[in-house]
Amino acid sequence: MDRRAVYKTAWIGGLLLAPQLLLVFTFFYWPTGAALFWAFTLERPWGGGNEFAGLDNFRMVFSDTAYWGAVWRSMVFALGSTALAMGLALLFALFCDRQLRGYKAYQTMLIWPYAVAAPAAGVAFRFLFAPEAGVFAALNKIHPDFWNPSVNGFHAMILIVVAYSWKYLAYNFIFFLAALQSIPRALIEASAMDGSGPLRRMWDIQLPLLAPTMFFLLVINITDSFVDSFGIIDLTTHGGPSKATTLMVYKIYFDGFKGLDYSGAAAQSIVLMLLVMALTFVQFRFIERRVHYR
Amino acid sequence: MADIDIRSVRKAYGKNQVVHGVDLSIRSGEFVVILGPSGCGKSTLLRMIAGLEAITEGEIAIAGDVVNAMEPRERGCAMVFQNYALYPHMTVADNIGYGLKVAGLSKPERRARVETVAKSLGLSDYLDRKPGQLSGGQRQRVAMGRAMIREPKVFLFDEPLSNLDAKLRVQMRIEIRKLHNRLGTTSVFVTHDQVEAMTLADRVVVMNGGHIEQVGTPEEIYRNPASRFVAGFIGSPPMNLFEGRVTGPGEVEAQGIVLSVPHAGLARGQAVTVGIRPEEVLLGAAGSNTASIDVDFREELGSVRLLHGQVAGADFVIQVPATTAGPKVGHFSFEVPARAVHLFDAETGMRIDPVAGGIRAAA
Ligand SMILES: Nc1ncnc2c1ncn2[C@@H]1O[C@H](COP(=O)(O)OP(=O)(O)O)[C@@H](O)[C@H]1O
Ligand SMILES: [Mg+2]
Repeated sequence: MDRRAVYKTAWIGGLLLAPQLLLVFTFFYWPTGAALFWAFTLERPWGGGNEFAGLDNFRMVFSDTAYWGAVWRSMVFALGSTALAMGLALLFALFCDRQLRGYKAYQTMLIWPYAVAAPAAGVAFRFLFAPEAGVFAALNKIHPDFWNPSVNGFHAMILIVVAYSWKYLAYNFIFFLAALQSIPRALIEASAMDGSGPLRRMWDIQLPLLAPTMFFLLVINITDSFVDSFGIIDLTTHGGPSKATTLMVYKIYFDGFKGLDYSGAAAQSIVLMLLVMALTFVQFRFIERRVHYR
Repeated sequence: MADIDIRSVRKAYGKNQVVHGVDLSIRSGEFVVILGPSGCGKSTLLRMIAGLEAITEGEIAIAGDVVNAMEPRERGCAMVFQNYALYPHMTVADNIGYGLKVAGLSKPERRARVETVAKSLGLSDYLDRKPGQLSGGQRQRVAMGRAMIREPKVFLFDEPLSNLDAKLRVQMRIEIRKLHNRLGTTSVFVTHDQVEAMTLADRVVVMNGGHIEQVGTPEEIYRNPASRFVAGFIGSPPMNLFEGRVTGPGEVEAQGIVLSVPHAGLARGQAVTVGIRPEEVLLGAAGSNTASIDVDFREELGSVRLLHGQVAGADFVIQVPATTAGPKVGHFSFEVPARAVHLFDAETGMRIDPVAGGIRAAA
């Protein structure tokens, strides 16, 4: 049966589509086009047009050690935040599945962090982890510079990893919990009848059956950590101290808007875009034919 | 092998009580089938034996040990689930051998025992497959194998055949009973299918609404149903039941038909339910206890034939051999032998025994 509704005149359909097309064009194709344009051209410092630069901008980017530093820090951040956000989310979901089967209110509360905008979360964590207030002030009194993200780059990295993971913890939790609850109860019971205790059941039954969800979340978390970390960094560390938290995405912003190197920033953003596209491709490739146990 | 003692066991989910004080003794090596309509609490009772459901009140003892506080793994029971509950990510061999793995047996030892069990179930060629690649009957066998391999004290079955097609169901039913004859393990089998219950059981426990209605051999529950409920539930087609009244010594009246019955000590005017099995009436015979039926539909079942119709306005079914001659529909007279009349107290639903005449309590 053909369920499509067909408009008699084509222009009505076009008219209805227009706002959406306009949005997509304004916020996606136009910036992307502009970035592509800048990435392959060189802007004259005092205005007066662009000249074609070929791959020079990319060569510049790749030969810059500062860029590779940002790449390395992005990897550290991606692995750190993904491990933290997924690990804790899995742990919480396992507890929740065992103790609070069907307890919807609790699940709803745990999704909230995901709905909190990055600036709000960033400000909250800036206060929570401020070295001159709260718990850390007390610890710093005992041991000076026990915690000082504004000076210590390692501390700063921990700060952005924790602040960022807080949000994705919620996201991952919901997926893990849903996946756990979709495991037929009879499987857990059969395993209990076969003599296994709760930990053994987790290891032998629940975790293997979570594998597709884990893979899905792994890709999502890593991909998002490359782009979604901007808000947190901008609100907490500004990429510092001494570039210790300047990730790829932050470096684009910094070089482009602070350093006014549009061409370099544009080249970097093309690289980042390709990276995200590659990861998304991997995800679709494997999620589509993810392990089906039927 | 072990006996199971269920003493005044109750189960409540919150305020909702679903098992009301069940007492049942299952002998060592016995095959007991718990039979009842859907939602009567069969599975709940079975799961309390298994340890998958907490016992709200009362006690369950397996081989003399009270198991109320024990984990499932400490009780020595193995269970076959309705949907088989095979581990989808494990091969058949790993599914069957999982219990042994948990128990810490070495790999070669496990392999040897899995192969023995698989062979006895005809699964030898499928050991490396995943459950998703098996047919319904094969999955059923894997579930059996998984239960057998640990040589449990007790087998528990929760409607294990209800997902199979009719032919396979009959076949697996026979295999399960043969297996029991071979192993002699105490078995508790839950089903809503009376044919399954009758063919498998040493004793049938008929449950209704969280109560036990009757415990007895298949023959006992068929011959002497302890209550109106059992009478209506056992037998296919079910017993014809009418509301009636005692009109004199050894005489009841129902639907305008007067029947003499062998029951003694009935009180005149007592309200009773009269039950007559479709296969126990004699078509065409003329004597005492005769009535007539208006047959409006004839159902051929191969070896037998069912005549559906009305007796004095009430629905009535008669079963006759398929060889019986006669037109399809019409007016027939039939005889109800006095010994074929079952009486139940209209108020309590309990059976009134023919000889004693008193109201027999449910077993
Ligand atoms: N986990 C549960 N929570 C609440 N009620 C339940 C639960 N499990 C079963 N019940 C109720 O208990 C009654 C008996 O269920 P069950 O033992 O599964 O019946 P069956 O005889 O069909 O196996 C049903 O009314 C069912 O709704
Ligand atoms: Mg059930």
